[in-house]
Amino acid sequence: MLQLASVSKVYPNGVHALERFSSEIQLGEIIAIIGGSGCGKSTLLRAIAGLDRASAGTVTLDGEAISAPHAKVGIIFQEPRLLPWLTVADNIGFGLSELPTDERRERVACALARVGLADKAKVWPRELSGGQAQRVAIARALVAQPEVLLLDEPFSALDAFTRKDLQDHLLDLWADTRPTLVLVTHDVEEAVVLADRVLVMRPHPGRLFEEITINLSRPRDRNAPLFEQFKRHVLTALDRSLDRTVPDTQGRREPGGGLWW
Amino acid sequence: MTMTVELQAPAVATPQTASQPRLTRLARPLLGLLLPLSLALAWEFAVRAGWSNGRLVPPPSKVFTTIADLARSGELTRHIVTTLSRVGIGFGFGVAAGTLLGGICGYWGFARRLVDPTIQALRAIPSIAWVPLFILWLGIFETSKVALIAVGVFFPVYLGVTGAILSVDRKIVEVGRVFRLSGPAMIRRILLPAVLPAYVVALRVGLGLGWMFVVAAEFMGASEGLGYLLIDGQQLGKPAQIVAAIVIFAIIGKATDWLLEIATAPLLRWQDSFARQSGAA
Ligand SMILES: Nc1ncnc2c1ncn2[C@@H]1O[C@H](COP(=O)(O)OP(=O)(O)O)[C@@H](O)[C@H]1O
Ligand SMILES: [Mg+2]
Repeated sequence: MLQLASVSKVYPNGVHALERFSSEIQLGEIIAIIGGSGCGKSTLLRAIAGLDRASAGTVTLDGEAISAPHAKVGIIFQEPRLLPWLTVADNIGFGLSELPTDERRERVACALARVGLADKAKVWPRELSGGQAQRVAIARALVAQPEVLLLDEPFSALDAFTRKDLQDHLLDLWADTRPTLVLVTHDVEEAVVLADRVLVMRPHPGRLFEEITINLSRPRDRNAPLFEQFKRHVLTALDRSLDRTVPDTQGRREPGGGLWW
Repeated sequence: MTMTVELQAPAVATPQTASQPRLTRLARPLLGLLLPLSLALAWEFAVRAGWSNGRLVPPPSKVFTTIADLARSGELTRHIVTTLSRVGIGFGFGVAAGTLLGGICGYWGFARRLVDPTIQALRAIPSIAWVPLFILWLGIFETSKVALIAVGVFFPVYLGVTGAILSVDRKIVEVGRVFRLSGPAMIRRILLPAVLPAYVVALRVGLGLGWMFVVAAEFMGASEGLGYLLIDGQQLGKPAQIVAAIVIFAIIGKATDWLLEIATAPLLRWQDSFARQSGAA
Protein backbone atom coordinates (compact mmCIF):
# COMPACT_ATOMS: atom_id res chain seq x y z
CA MET A 1 0.00 0.00 0.00
CA LEU A 2 1.21 3.45 -0.94
CA GLN A 3 0.44 6.12 1.61
CA LEU A 4 0.78 9.83 1.02
CA ALA A 5 0.48 11.73 4.26
CA SER A 6 0.23 15.52 4.02
CA VAL A 7 2.90 15.68 1.36
CA SER A 8 3.96 19.29 0.83
CA LYS A 9 6.63 20.79 -1.37
CA VAL A 10 8.00 24.30 -1.36
CA TYR A 11 10.70 24.83 -3.97
CA PRO A 12 13.78 26.83 -3.00
CA ASN A 13 12.46 29.72 -5.11
CA GLY A 14 9.44 29.94 -2.81
CA VAL A 15 6.91 28.30 -5.16
CA HIS A 16 4.37 26.38 -3.13
CA ALA A 17 3.98 23.46 -5.51
CA LEU A 18 2.17 21.01 -3.27
CA GLU A 19 0.23 21.43 -0.06
CA ARG A 20 -0.77 18.70 2.34
CA PHE A 21 -1.60 16.10 -0.26
CA SER A 22 -2.94 12.95 1.36
CA SER A 23 -4.14 9.78 -0.19
CA GLU A 24 -3.99 6.07 0.30
CA ILE A 25 -3.46 3.86 -2.72
CA GLN A 26 -3.96 0.10 -2.60
CA LEU A 27 -1.71 -2.39 -4.32
CA GLY A 28 -2.92 -2.97 -7.85
CA GLU A 29 -5.05 0.15 -8.00
CA ILE A 30 -4.86 2.44 -11.00
CA ILE A 31 -4.94 6.08 -10.01
CA ALA A 32 -5.15 8.95 -12.46
CA ILE A 33 -4.07 12.39 -11.32
CA ILE A 34 -5.51 15.17 -13.40
CA GLY A 35 -5.36 18.94 -13.10
CA GLY A 36 -4.37 22.15 -14.82
CA SER A 37 -0.73 22.71 -15.63
CA GLY A 38 1.40 23.82 -12.71
CA CYS A 39 -0.81 22.28 -10.06
CA GLY A 40 1.97 20.07 -8.74
CA LYS A 41 1.27 16.77 -10.47
CA SER A 42 4.88 16.18 -11.50
CA THR A 43 6.07 17.40 -8.12
CA LEU A 44 3.89 14.82 -6.43
CA LEU A 45 5.08 12.04 -8.70
CA ARG A 46 8.72 12.95 -8.19
CA ALA A 47 8.19 12.87 -4.45
CA ILE A 48 6.67 9.39 -4.69
CA ALA A 49 9.56 8.29 -6.91
CA GLY A 50 12.04 9.62 -4.36
CA LEU A 51 13.64 11.86 -6.98
CA ASP A 52 12.86 15.02 -5.00
CA ARG A 53 12.18 15.09 -1.31
CA ALA A 54 8.95 16.52 0.04
CA SER A 55 9.39 19.57 2.27
CA ALA A 56 6.91 18.10 4.72
CA GLY A 57 4.80 15.00 5.00
CA THR A 58 5.75 11.45 4.15
CA VAL A 59 5.43 8.95 1.38
CA THR A 60 5.39 5.38 2.64
CA LEU A 61 5.28 2.19 0.64
CA ASP A 62 4.33 -0.91 2.64
CA GLY A 63 5.26 0.94 5.80
CA GLU A 64 8.67 1.98 4.50
CA ALA A 65 9.30 5.71 4.12
CA ILE A 66 10.50 6.75 0.67
CA SER A 67 13.17 9.40 0.53
CA ALA A 68 15.27 8.17 -2.40
CA PRO A 69 14.57 6.11 -5.54
CA HIS A 70 13.32 2.72 -4.49
CA ALA A 71 13.60 -0.70 -6.11
CA LYS A 72 9.85 -1.22 -5.89
CA VAL A 73 9.01 2.07 -7.58
CA GLY A 74 9.41 2.64 -11.30
CA ILE A 75 8.73 5.82 -13.25
CA ILE A 76 8.01 6.65 -16.86
CA PHE A 77 8.35 10.21 -18.02
CA GLN A 78 6.72 12.17 -20.79
CA GLU A 79 9.82 11.54 -22.92
CA PRO A 80 11.08 7.96 -23.26
CA ARG A 81 14.54 8.96 -21.95
CA LEU A 82 16.21 5.99 -23.58
CA LEU A 83 19.99 5.94 -23.44
CA PRO A 84 21.00 6.61 -27.04
CA TRP A 85 24.23 4.62 -26.77
CA LEU A 86 22.49 1.38 -25.83
CA THR A 87 20.49 -0.82 -28.14
CA VAL A 88 16.83 -1.28 -27.39
CA ALA A 89 17.53 -4.59 -25.64
CA ASP A 90 20.30 -3.11 -23.51
CA ASN A 91 18.08 -0.16 -22.63
CA ILE A 92 15.43 -2.52 -21.33
CA GLY A 93 18.03 -4.48 -19.38
CA PHE A 94 19.58 -1.31 -17.95
CA GLY A 95 18.14 -1.76 -14.48
CA LEU A 96 18.88 -5.47 -14.34
CA SER A 97 22.66 -5.28 -14.30
CA GLU A 98 22.85 -7.20 -11.06
CA LEU A 99 21.19 -10.26 -12.55
CA PRO A 100 23.25 -12.99 -14.22
CA THR A 101 23.58 -12.39 -17.95
CA ASP A 102 21.40 -15.34 -18.96
CA GLU A 103 18.52 -14.41 -16.75
CA ARG A 104 18.73 -10.79 -17.77
CA ARG A 105 18.73 -11.70 -21.44
CA GLU A 106 15.71 -13.88 -20.96
CA ARG A 107 13.74 -11.27 -19.09
CA VAL A 108 14.64 -8.61 -21.65
CA ALA A 109 13.53 -10.87 -24.48
CA CYS A 110 10.26 -11.53 -22.66
CA ALA A 111 9.66 -7.84 -22.07
CA LEU A 112 10.47 -7.02 -25.68
CA ALA A 113 8.03 -9.60 -26.93
CA ARG A 114 5.44 -8.38 -24.48
CA VAL A 115 5.54 -4.83 -25.86
CA GLY A 116 5.58 -6.18 -29.40
CA LEU A 117 9.08 -5.06 -30.31
CA ALA A 118 10.90 -8.39 -30.46
CA ASP A 119 12.30 -7.49 -33.87
CA LYS A 120 13.81 -4.24 -32.57
CA ALA A 121 16.15 -5.76 -29.98
CA LYS A 122 19.36 -4.75 -31.76
CA VAL A 123 18.16 -1.40 -33.01
CA TRP A 124 19.37 1.98 -31.72
CA PRO A 125 16.80 4.17 -29.98
CA ARG A 126 17.07 6.83 -32.68
CA GLU A 127 15.62 4.39 -35.17
CA LEU A 128 12.36 4.05 -33.23
CA SER A 129 9.16 6.02 -33.67
CA GLY A 130 7.82 8.00 -30.73
CA GLY A 131 5.31 5.32 -29.82
CA GLN A 132 7.87 2.52 -30.09
CA ALA A 133 10.34 4.45 -27.95
CA GLN A 134 7.71 4.94 -25.26
CA ARG A 135 6.94 1.23 -25.38
CA VAL A 136 10.59 0.52 -24.75
CA ALA A 137 10.49 2.92 -21.80
CA ILE A 138 7.48 1.06 -20.44
CA ALA A 139 9.25 -2.26 -20.91
CA ARG A 140 12.36 -0.90 -19.18
CA ALA A 141 10.30 0.13 -16.18
CA LEU A 142 8.20 -3.03 -16.03
CA VAL A 143 11.03 -5.50 -16.49
CA ALA A 144 12.28 -4.52 -13.05
CA GLN A 145 8.88 -5.73 -11.73
CA PRO A 146 8.03 -2.65 -9.69
CA GLU A 147 5.23 -2.71 -7.19
CA VAL A 148 4.35 0.87 -8.05
CA LEU A 149 4.69 2.33 -11.52
CA LEU A 150 4.47 6.09 -11.83
CA LEU A 151 3.69 7.62 -15.21
CA ASP A 152 4.03 11.36 -15.80
CA GLU A 153 1.95 12.27 -18.86
CA PRO A 154 3.47 9.28 -20.66
CA PHE A 155 1.40 9.54 -23.83
CA SER A 156 0.91 13.27 -24.17
CA ALA A 157 3.61 13.66 -26.81
CA LEU A 158 2.04 11.02 -29.04
CA ASP A 159 -0.61 11.31 -31.73
CA ALA A 160 -4.17 10.39 -30.83
CA PHE A 161 -4.11 6.99 -32.50
CA THR A 162 -0.83 5.87 -30.94
CA ARG A 163 -2.02 7.21 -27.61
CA LYS A 164 -5.16 5.09 -27.63
CA ASP A 165 -3.16 2.08 -28.70
CA LEU A 166 -0.68 2.52 -25.87
CA GLN A 167 -3.42 3.10 -23.30
CA ASP A 168 -4.94 -0.26 -24.14
CA HIS A 169 -1.49 -1.79 -24.22
CA LEU A 170 -0.67 -0.39 -20.79
CA LEU A 171 -3.80 -2.00 -19.34
CA ASP A 172 -2.77 -5.26 -20.93
CA LEU A 173 0.68 -5.09 -19.35
CA TRP A 174 -0.79 -4.02 -16.04
CA ALA A 175 -2.92 -7.16 -16.00
CA ASP A 176 0.22 -9.34 -16.09
CA THR A 177 1.46 -8.50 -12.61
CA ARG A 178 -1.07 -5.90 -11.44
CA PRO A 179 1.26 -3.29 -10.02
CA THR A 180 -0.09 -0.05 -8.61
CA LEU A 181 -0.24 2.58 -11.35
CA VAL A 182 -0.19 6.27 -10.63
CA LEU A 183 -0.73 8.10 -13.88
CA VAL A 184 -0.55 11.83 -14.36
CA THR A 185 -2.51 13.01 -17.34
CA HIS A 186 -4.31 16.03 -18.70
CA ASP A 187 -6.53 13.91 -20.90
CA VAL A 188 -9.93 13.26 -19.32
CA GLU A 189 -10.68 10.29 -21.54
CA GLU A 190 -7.34 8.71 -20.68
CA ALA A 191 -8.10 9.09 -16.99
CA VAL A 192 -11.54 7.54 -17.30
CA VAL A 193 -10.47 4.69 -19.54
CA LEU A 194 -7.60 3.64 -17.27
CA ALA A 195 -8.27 4.59 -13.69
CA ASP A 196 -10.10 3.12 -10.74
CA ARG A 197 -9.95 6.52 -9.11
CA VAL A 198 -9.33 9.96 -10.55
CA LEU A 199 -7.75 12.54 -8.27
CA VAL A 200 -8.43 16.07 -9.44
CA MET A 201 -5.89 18.64 -8.28
CA ARG A 202 -6.06 22.41 -8.22
CA PRO A 203 -3.16 24.87 -8.31
CA HIS A 204 -1.70 27.68 -6.16
CA PRO A 205 -0.79 25.84 -4.06
CA GLY A 206 -1.18 22.40 -5.63
CA ARG A 207 -3.64 20.34 -3.64
CA LEU A 208 -6.24 17.64 -3.91
CA PHE A 209 -9.59 19.02 -5.03
CA GLU A 210 -11.84 16.09 -5.71
CA GLU A 211 -11.71 12.35 -5.89
CA ILE A 212 -13.87 10.44 -8.35
CA THR A 213 -14.22 6.69 -8.29
CA ILE A 214 -14.73 5.13 -11.70
CA ASN A 215 -16.57 1.91 -11.01
CA LEU A 216 -16.75 0.69 -14.58
CA SER A 217 -15.74 -2.84 -15.39
CA ARG A 218 -12.85 -3.46 -17.76
CA PRO A 219 -12.43 -3.51 -20.68
CA ARG A 220 -14.19 -0.19 -20.90
CA ASP A 221 -16.14 0.86 -23.93
CA ARG A 222 -15.19 4.43 -24.78
CA ASN A 223 -18.55 4.93 -26.47
CA ALA A 224 -20.80 3.65 -23.70
CA PRO A 225 -23.17 6.23 -22.23
CA LEU A 226 -21.91 5.54 -18.72
CA PHE A 227 -18.35 6.19 -19.90
CA GLU A 228 -19.52 9.53 -21.28
CA GLN A 229 -21.14 10.30 -17.96
CA PHE A 230 -17.91 9.68 -16.04
CA LYS A 231 -16.02 11.80 -18.53
CA ARG A 232 -18.46 14.64 -17.99
CA HIS A 233 -18.18 14.21 -14.27
CA VAL A 234 -14.38 14.48 -14.34
CA LEU A 235 -14.55 17.39 -16.74
CA THR A 236 -16.93 19.27 -14.47
CA ALA A 237 -14.69 18.66 -11.49
CA LEU A 238 -11.73 19.88 -13.54
CA ASP A 239 -13.59 23.05 -14.50
CA ARG A 240 -14.60 23.68 -10.92
CA SER A 241 -11.05 23.13 -9.74
CA LEU A 242 -9.88 25.94 -12.00
CA ASP A 243 -12.67 28.26 -10.91
CA ARG A 244 -11.25 30.33 -8.06
CA THR A 245 -14.67 31.14 -6.67
CA VAL A 246 -15.34 27.48 -5.85
CA PRO A 247 -14.11 26.70 -2.34
CA ASP A 248 -11.94 23.67 -1.50
CA THR A 249 -14.57 21.27 -0.26
CA GLN A 250 -12.71 18.03 -0.63
CA GLY A 251 -9.40 19.26 0.70
CA ARG A 252 -10.95 20.64 3.89
CA ARG A 253 -13.24 17.73 4.51
CA GLU A 254 -10.37 15.40 5.30
CA PRO A 255 -8.80 16.30 8.61
CA GLY A 256 -4.99 16.12 8.53
CA GLY A 257 -4.31 12.92 6.59
CA GLY A 258 -2.94 10.91 9.46
CA LEU A 259 -6.27 10.04 11.02
CA TRP A 260 -7.69 8.95 7.74
CA TRP A 261 -6.35 5.44 7.82
CA MET B 1 31.14 -8.88 -15.25
CA THR B 2 27.93 -7.41 -16.43
CA MET B 3 29.20 -4.23 -17.97
CA THR B 4 30.36 -5.72 -21.23
CA VAL B 5 26.95 -5.66 -22.84
CA GLU B 6 26.66 -1.92 -22.77
CA LEU B 7 29.26 -0.52 -25.08
CA GLN B 8 29.26 -3.52 -27.31
CA ALA B 9 28.25 -2.91 -30.86
CA PRO B 10 25.26 -4.95 -31.92
CA ALA B 11 26.03 -8.05 -33.92
CA VAL B 12 23.92 -6.98 -36.85
CA ALA B 13 24.96 -3.91 -38.76
CA THR B 14 22.37 -1.17 -39.01
CA PRO B 15 20.65 -1.16 -42.36
CA GLN B 16 22.01 2.29 -43.15
CA THR B 17 25.67 1.35 -43.13
CA ALA B 18 25.04 -2.03 -44.64
CA SER B 19 23.22 -0.73 -47.65
CA GLN B 20 25.61 2.14 -48.29
CA PRO B 21 26.79 1.65 -51.85
CA ARG B 22 30.45 0.90 -52.14
CA LEU B 23 30.91 3.30 -55.04
CA THR B 24 29.93 6.44 -53.14
CA ARG B 25 32.10 5.42 -50.22
CA LEU B 26 35.10 5.36 -52.52
CA ALA B 27 34.07 8.23 -54.74
CA ARG B 28 33.48 10.78 -52.01
CA PRO B 29 37.13 11.18 -50.90
CA LEU B 30 38.20 11.10 -54.53
CA LEU B 31 35.94 14.06 -55.25
CA GLY B 32 37.74 16.02 -52.56
CA LEU B 33 41.08 15.31 -54.25
CA LEU B 34 39.93 16.73 -57.56
CA LEU B 35 40.61 20.40 -56.82
CA PRO B 36 44.12 20.13 -55.29
CA LEU B 37 45.21 17.64 -57.94
CA SER B 38 44.07 19.77 -60.84
CA LEU B 39 45.70 22.86 -59.33
CA ALA B 40 48.96 20.93 -58.96
CA LEU B 41 48.73 19.63 -62.49
CA ALA B 42 48.00 23.10 -63.85
CA TRP B 43 51.02 24.51 -62.06
CA GLU B 44 53.24 21.69 -63.31
CA PHE B 45 52.04 22.39 -66.82
CA ALA B 46 52.62 26.13 -66.41
CA VAL B 47 56.22 25.59 -65.34
CA ARG B 48 56.89 23.01 -68.07
CA ALA B 49 55.49 25.36 -70.66
CA GLY B 50 57.89 28.02 -69.47
CA TRP B 51 55.21 30.49 -68.32
CA SER B 52 56.94 30.61 -64.96
CA ASN B 53 60.41 29.59 -63.85
CA GLY B 54 58.95 27.96 -60.71
CA ARG B 55 61.88 29.09 -58.59
CA LEU B 56 59.83 30.46 -55.68
CA VAL B 57 56.91 28.12 -56.15
CA PRO B 58 58.39 24.81 -57.19
CA PRO B 59 56.32 22.56 -59.46
CA PRO B 60 54.97 19.30 -58.01
CA SER B 61 57.57 17.20 -59.78
CA LYS B 62 60.37 19.13 -58.06
CA VAL B 63 58.69 18.72 -54.69
CA PHE B 64 58.36 15.01 -55.30
CA THR B 65 62.01 14.70 -56.27
CA THR B 66 62.93 16.48 -53.06
CA ILE B 67 60.80 14.13 -51.02
CA ALA B 68 62.23 11.14 -52.85
CA ASP B 69 65.79 12.32 -52.23
CA LEU B 70 65.11 12.87 -48.57
CA ALA B 71 63.49 9.47 -48.34
CA ARG B 72 66.36 7.73 -50.08
CA SER B 73 68.95 9.17 -47.73
CA GLY B 74 66.86 8.02 -44.75
CA GLU B 75 66.66 11.60 -43.55
CA LEU B 76 62.94 11.81 -44.15
CA THR B 77 62.20 8.90 -41.83
CA ARG B 78 64.35 10.46 -39.13
CA HIS B 79 62.57 13.81 -39.39
CA ILE B 80 59.14 12.22 -39.45
CA VAL B 81 59.87 9.94 -36.51
CA THR B 82 61.24 12.86 -34.49
CA THR B 83 58.25 15.06 -35.16
CA LEU B 84 55.76 12.26 -34.67
CA SER B 85 57.21 11.28 -31.33
CA ARG B 86 57.18 14.90 -30.17
CA VAL B 87 53.54 15.24 -31.13
CA GLY B 88 52.74 11.83 -29.68
CA ILE B 89 54.34 12.50 -26.31
CA GLY B 90 53.02 16.07 -26.07
CA PHE B 91 49.56 14.92 -27.10
CA GLY B 92 49.68 12.15 -24.52
CA PHE B 93 50.57 14.51 -21.69
CA GLY B 94 48.12 17.18 -22.85
CA VAL B 95 45.28 14.69 -23.16
CA ALA B 96 46.06 13.10 -19.80
CA ALA B 97 46.16 16.44 -17.99
CA GLY B 98 43.17 17.87 -19.86
CA THR B 99 41.06 14.78 -19.26
CA LEU B 100 41.96 14.52 -15.59
CA LEU B 101 41.47 18.18 -14.73
CA GLY B 102 38.49 18.52 -17.04
CA GLY B 103 36.88 15.46 -15.51
CA ILE B 104 37.42 16.68 -11.97
CA CYS B 105 36.22 20.21 -12.71
CA GLY B 106 33.25 19.00 -14.71
CA TYR B 107 32.08 16.54 -12.10
CA TRP B 108 32.88 18.41 -8.94
CA GLY B 109 31.53 21.93 -8.64
CA PHE B 110 33.87 22.94 -5.86
CA ALA B 111 36.97 22.07 -7.89
CA ARG B 112 35.51 23.91 -10.86
CA ARG B 113 34.97 27.11 -8.88
CA LEU B 114 38.45 26.76 -7.44
CA VAL B 115 40.47 25.89 -10.54
CA ASP B 116 38.51 26.87 -13.61
CA PRO B 117 38.99 30.67 -13.36
CA THR B 118 42.77 30.18 -13.28
CA ILE B 119 42.73 27.85 -16.26
CA GLN B 120 40.50 30.25 -18.18
CA ALA B 121 42.93 33.08 -17.41
CA LEU B 122 45.90 31.01 -18.56
CA ARG B 123 43.99 30.12 -21.69
CA ALA B 124 43.80 33.79 -22.60
CA ILE B 125 47.58 33.80 -23.00
CA PRO B 126 48.60 32.94 -26.56
CA SER B 127 50.41 29.68 -25.98
CA ILE B 128 53.40 30.67 -28.09
CA ALA B 129 54.09 33.34 -25.49
CA TRP B 130 55.22 30.55 -23.18
CA VAL B 131 58.13 29.66 -25.47
CA PRO B 132 60.81 31.89 -23.91
CA LEU B 133 59.82 30.82 -20.43
CA PHE B 134 59.82 27.15 -21.34
CA ILE B 135 63.24 27.48 -22.88
CA LEU B 136 64.54 29.15 -19.73
CA TRP B 137 62.94 26.56 -17.48
CA LEU B 138 63.31 23.41 -19.47
CA GLY B 139 66.18 24.08 -21.83
CA ILE B 140 66.24 24.18 -25.59
CA PHE B 141 65.91 20.44 -26.13
CA GLU B 142 63.05 17.98 -26.11
CA THR B 143 61.43 18.81 -22.77
CA SER B 144 60.48 22.36 -23.66
CA LYS B 145 59.16 21.28 -27.06
CA VAL B 146 57.01 18.53 -25.63
CA ALA B 147 55.79 20.90 -22.91
CA LEU B 148 54.71 23.47 -25.47
CA ILE B 149 52.80 20.86 -27.47
CA ALA B 150 51.20 19.50 -24.32
CA VAL B 151 50.04 23.01 -23.39
CA GLY B 152 48.50 23.42 -26.82
CA VAL B 153 46.68 20.11 -26.56
CA PHE B 154 45.62 20.62 -22.95
CA PHE B 155 43.20 23.51 -23.40
CA PRO B 156 40.83 22.14 -26.02
CA VAL B 157 40.73 18.79 -24.24
CA TYR B 158 40.08 20.40 -20.86
CA LEU B 159 37.37 22.66 -22.27
CA GLY B 160 35.81 19.81 -24.20
CA VAL B 161 35.65 17.53 -21.18
CA THR B 162 34.25 20.10 -18.73
CA GLY B 163 31.78 21.36 -21.29
CA ALA B 164 30.66 17.86 -22.16
CA ILE B 165 30.15 16.84 -18.55
CA LEU B 166 28.26 20.02 -17.73
CA SER B 167 25.95 19.60 -20.69
CA VAL B 168 25.01 15.99 -19.97
CA ASP B 169 21.23 15.88 -20.07
CA ARG B 170 19.83 16.02 -16.54
CA LYS B 171 16.95 13.87 -17.72
CA ILE B 172 19.30 11.05 -18.66
CA VAL B 173 21.11 11.34 -15.33
CA GLU B 174 17.72 10.97 -13.68
CA VAL B 175 17.29 7.62 -15.40
CA GLY B 176 20.45 6.53 -13.62
CA ARG B 177 19.03 7.80 -10.33
CA VAL B 178 15.76 5.95 -10.83
CA PHE B 179 17.74 2.74 -11.22
CA ARG B 180 19.72 3.65 -8.11
CA LEU B 181 23.16 3.67 -9.68
CA SER B 182 26.03 4.26 -7.29
CA GLY B 183 28.42 7.15 -7.97
CA PRO B 184 30.97 5.06 -9.89
CA ALA B 185 28.23 3.25 -11.80
CA MET B 186 26.67 6.57 -12.71
CA ILE B 187 30.01 7.72 -14.10
CA ARG B 188 30.66 4.50 -15.99
CA ARG B 189 27.20 3.81 -17.33
CA ILE B 190 25.78 7.31 -17.86
CA LEU B 191 28.37 10.08 -17.80
CA LEU B 192 31.17 8.40 -19.76
CA PRO B 193 29.06 7.28 -22.70
CA ALA B 194 27.23 10.60 -22.69
CA VAL B 195 30.41 12.68 -22.95
CA LEU B 196 32.17 10.37 -25.40
CA PRO B 197 31.12 12.13 -28.63
CA ALA B 198 32.21 15.54 -27.35
CA TYR B 199 35.39 13.97 -25.99
CA VAL B 200 36.32 12.57 -29.37
CA VAL B 201 35.81 15.97 -30.92
CA ALA B 202 37.98 17.50 -28.21
CA LEU B 203 40.71 14.94 -28.89
CA ARG B 204 40.67 15.73 -32.58
CA VAL B 205 40.83 19.48 -31.95
CA GLY B 206 43.65 18.80 -29.49
CA LEU B 207 45.54 16.74 -32.02
CA GLY B 208 45.16 19.51 -34.60
CA LEU B 209 46.61 21.99 -32.14
CA GLY B 210 49.38 19.52 -31.32
CA TRP B 211 50.42 19.60 -34.98
CA MET B 212 50.27 23.38 -34.99
CA PHE B 213 52.43 23.63 -31.89
CA VAL B 214 55.02 21.13 -33.02
CA VAL B 215 55.91 23.52 -35.82
CA ALA B 216 56.29 26.36 -33.35
CA ALA B 217 58.31 24.08 -31.07
CA GLU B 218 60.62 22.99 -33.85
CA PHE B 219 61.14 26.59 -34.92
CA MET B 220 62.78 27.22 -31.57
CA GLY B 221 66.06 25.61 -32.43
CA ALA B 222 65.74 22.03 -33.54
CA SER B 223 68.28 19.93 -35.39
CA GLU B 224 65.75 17.50 -36.74
CA GLY B 225 62.07 17.19 -37.38
CA LEU B 226 59.77 18.44 -40.10
CA GLY B 227 59.75 21.93 -38.60
CA TYR B 228 63.51 21.92 -38.86
CA LEU B 229 63.18 21.08 -42.55
CA LEU B 230 61.03 24.20 -42.96
CA ILE B 231 63.55 26.49 -41.25
CA ASP B 232 66.45 24.85 -43.01
CA GLY B 233 64.73 25.28 -46.36
CA GLN B 234 64.13 28.95 -45.63
CA GLN B 235 67.69 29.63 -44.50
CA LEU B 236 69.28 27.81 -47.43
CA GLY B 237 66.75 29.15 -49.96
CA LYS B 238 65.26 25.77 -50.89
CA PRO B 239 61.56 26.39 -51.48
CA ALA B 240 61.06 22.83 -52.73
CA GLN B 241 62.17 21.51 -49.35
CA ILE B 242 59.75 23.87 -47.57
CA VAL B 243 56.85 22.78 -49.73
CA ALA B 244 57.90 19.15 -49.31
CA ALA B 245 57.82 19.53 -45.51
CA ILE B 246 54.44 21.27 -45.71
CA VAL B 247 53.04 18.47 -47.85
CA ILE B 248 54.33 15.84 -45.43
CA PHE B 249 52.90 17.78 -42.49
CA ALA B 250 49.55 17.84 -44.22
CA ILE B 251 49.63 14.14 -45.04
CA ILE B 252 50.72 12.97 -41.60
CA GLY B 253 48.47 15.41 -39.78
CA LYS B 254 45.49 14.24 -41.76
CA ALA B 255 46.51 10.59 -41.35
CA THR B 256 46.73 10.83 -37.56
CA ASP B 257 43.38 12.58 -37.41
CA TRP B 258 41.92 9.89 -39.60
CA LEU B 259 43.39 7.17 -37.38
CA LEU B 260 41.82 8.81 -34.36
CA GLU B 261 38.50 8.96 -36.15
CA ILE B 262 38.71 5.31 -37.19
CA ALA B 263 39.74 4.23 -33.70
CA THR B 264 36.82 5.98 -32.05
CA ALA B 265 34.16 5.29 -34.69
CA PRO B 266 33.02 1.95 -33.21
CA LEU B 267 32.27 3.71 -29.92
CA LEU B 268 30.04 6.26 -31.59
CA ARG B 269 28.01 4.06 -33.89
CA TRP B 270 24.84 4.91 -32.02
CA GLN B 271 25.09 8.56 -32.90
CA ASP B 272 22.48 10.20 -35.03
CA SER B 273 24.80 12.56 -36.80
CA PHE B 274 24.27 14.71 -39.82
CA ALA B 275 27.26 13.17 -41.57
CA ARG B 276 25.79 9.69 -41.22
CA GLN B 277 22.45 10.79 -42.58
CA SER B 278 23.88 12.54 -45.59
CA GLY B 279 26.16 9.57 -46.10
CA ALA B 280 23.22 7.20 -46.20
CA ALA B 281 21.28 9.37 -48.60
N1 LIG C 1 12.46 22.59 -9.93
C1 LIG C 1 11.56 23.55 -9.68
N2 LIG C 1 11.95 24.70 -9.09
C2 LIG C 1 11.05 25.65 -8.80
N3 LIG C 1 9.75 25.58 -9.10
C3 LIG C 1 9.29 24.48 -9.68
C4 LIG C 1 10.18 23.40 -10.01
N4 LIG C 1 9.45 22.43 -10.61
C5 LIG C 1 8.18 22.88 -10.64
N5 LIG C 1 8.08 24.11 -10.09
C6 LIG C 1 6.85 24.88 -9.91
O1 LIG C 1 5.98 24.14 -9.12
C7 LIG C 1 4.67 24.21 -9.61
C8 LIG C 1 4.15 22.82 -9.91
O2 LIG C 1 4.92 22.26 -10.97
P1 LIG C 1 4.67 20.82 -11.56
O3 LIG C 1 4.63 19.85 -10.45
O4 LIG C 1 5.67 20.59 -12.61
O5 LIG C 1 3.23 20.98 -12.19
P2 LIG C 1 2.45 20.05 -13.22
O6 LIG C 1 3.25 18.83 -13.44
O7 LIG C 1 1.15 19.79 -12.53
O8 LIG C 1 2.25 20.85 -14.44
C9 LIG C 1 4.71 25.10 -10.83
O9 LIG C 1 4.29 26.39 -10.44
C10 LIG C 1 6.15 25.11 -11.23
O10 LIG C 1 6.49 26.34 -11.77
MG1 LIG D 1 4.15 18.02 -15.22
